[in-house]
Amino acid sequence: MLRYFLRRLAYVAPVALGVSFFCFLLVHIAPGDPLTSVLPPDASAAQQEEMRRIYGFDKPLPVQFVLWLWQALQGDLGVSIATGRPVAAEVGKAVGNTLVVALLAMVIGFALGSLFGFVAGYFKGSWLDRGASLIAMLGVSVPHYWLGMVLVILFSVQLGWLPAGGAGPDGSGAWKWNWEHIRYMLLPAITMSVVPMGIIARTVRALVADIMAQDFVTALRAKGMLDPGVLRHVIKNAAPTSLAVMGLQLGYLLGGSILIETVFSWPGTGFLLGNAIFQRDLPLLQGTILVLSMFFVGLNVLVDIVQGLLDPRVRRQ
Amino acid sequence: MTDAASPLVATAPSPVAASPGYWAGVLRRLGREKVAIAAGVVILLIVLAAIFADFVAPTDPTKTSMLRRLRPIGSPGYLLGADELGRDMLSRLIFGARLSLFMGVVPVFVAFVLGSIIGISAGFFGGRYNTLVMRTVDVFYAFPSVLLAIALSGALGAGIANSILSLTIVFIPPIARIAESVTTQVRTMDYVDAARASGAGPFLIIRAQVLGNVIGPVFVYATSLISVAMILASGLSFLGLGAKPPTPEWGLMLNTLRTAIYIQPWVAVLPGAAIFITSIAFNLLSDGLRSAMEVKN
Repeated sequence: MLRYFLRRLAYVAPVALGVSFFCFLLVHIAPGDPLTSVLPPDASAAQQEEMRRIYGFDKPLPVQFVLWLWQALQGDLGVSIATGRPVAAEVGKAVGNTLVVALLAMVIGFALGSLFGFVAGYFKGSWLDRGASLIAMLGVSVPHYWLGMVLVILFSVQLGWLPAGGAGPDGSGAWKWNWEHIRYMLLPAITMSVVPMGIIARTVRALVADIMAQDFVTALRAKGMLDPGVLRHVIKNAAPTSLAVMGLQLGYLLGGSILIETVFSWPGTGFLLGNAIFQRDLPLLQGTILVLSMFFVGLNVLVDIVQGLLDPRVRRQ
Repeated sequence: MTDAASPLVATAPSPVAASPGYWAGVLRRLGREKVAIAAGVVILLIVLAAIFADFVAPTDPTKTSMLRRLRPIGSPGYLLGADELGRDMLSRLIFGARLSLFMGVVPVFVAFVLGSIIGISAGFFGGRYNTLVMRTVDVFYAFPSVLLAIALSGALGAGIANSILSLTIVFIPPIARIAESVTTQVRTMDYVDAARASGAGPFLIIRAQVLGNVIGPVFVYATSLISVAMILASGLSFLGLGAKPPTPEWGLMLNTLRTAIYIQPWVAVLPGAAIFITSIAFNLLSDGLRSAMEVKN
């Protein structure tokens, strides 16, 4: 297990380095002088020169990267142009908000996705399979930001059951664990859960159908095992891969929440990213993307390790 | 075939000789996939409407009318209502198909070509070249696709060209990965060894032996990305990173109509419904193509 763990780590280290290099380059692929991204447009030539030196833009690119990475490792992601506050603090505040919605979305998506996928795979070819597969197909095809709008129209505008946006009744966005606040989370979470629901349903269906066709299932039945017992064996075999897919989907949700958070004005990383783009706040854009992508890379490693713990076959590959 | 006089051969031609080839088989099997055919027809209709928008659309999609803002669906003269500037929704949806389809299909097509070249060359030549290329691909693959698209578009700045560039970069890594893994399998086949032994050079082998076996699965995979690409492209416009007003584009239309959900909700959601229908159609066609070409996941 330790060897497997080290091997995964050795694989992911260069990827993480590459990802951070890409994030570093974001400021440099932006049109114009990178300095314009950290200076007000009316800065004097002397100020420009000074800032160039302070930010190290006068040094060669690789040197700049090492300096930038060194600071980022110490938790310094620079300063937001729009607010003047440290990027790390801004991102830290938003990550929590995104995480709670993404986790709730994940629970909903995984529960429904596994249910639909399991039913479809277990009764492959039946009308149940066709119904569940249709729902899964619609789930992966839907533009989620549009679904968010439709849900707002149905549940906020027409029925008036749930709030249309924001994170709490006082508008401050200070999160509390009570029903008044959870109400605000429901629509974004349901909207977010639809795509992972579809993907998990498709994966689980294929897995279960595959397992059902294997000899050991036939053998179990031939020995007289009834459906509940067979079911247990099928679940045990399908679980590791399903969990892995779920873990990766959580990462996609964190990264892909921007459109949904924009629709619901949810004060998470996506909303932050939207603001950064709108105000061309490149340090904020860079910092948010670095944090989110590193989270995704870390999650990938975690999924591999959990999968290795659950399934010895994975370790030996 | 010295046994030509044999009654068996004389009465019935051998099935292999009569076989119309792989692609004809694919077409025949695709013909049996009724859902895929229906999806293909829907896509064809949307494409035709987009091409001949000037003749199909009832009016000019940019003609505003301050007196006829946010008309409901079915109003006289406005079959699908009017938007927040009194422009005819049906005309805007038809003209919007042009840019929405273009921004969804072009990145996937370019990524299909470039990703195949990258993946096939990495898989075929192997060694250090493979390691270098595939590790670079892994870095891009380590980003969730929505995040990568938004990061690139956000840094490059708004615009249709930048959106297409960003989406192309998003789709190259997954396509290259598939192409590489299939090529690595094909490379070890006996017929490749046979070609090499008979003196064929690497580029001839890629063209004659590898390409035909690799391109099918990669193509099927690429078609499955079109629906994602359309949703992402419209999503970029929805965020204000793609098309600019007053150009009709489904994602941008959805964005500008967001404030109208309290007045004419069902007019406001029409552009999203158009994205949804197109996306479903591409997914169904891709699924049909997958089973017709007998490609496994």
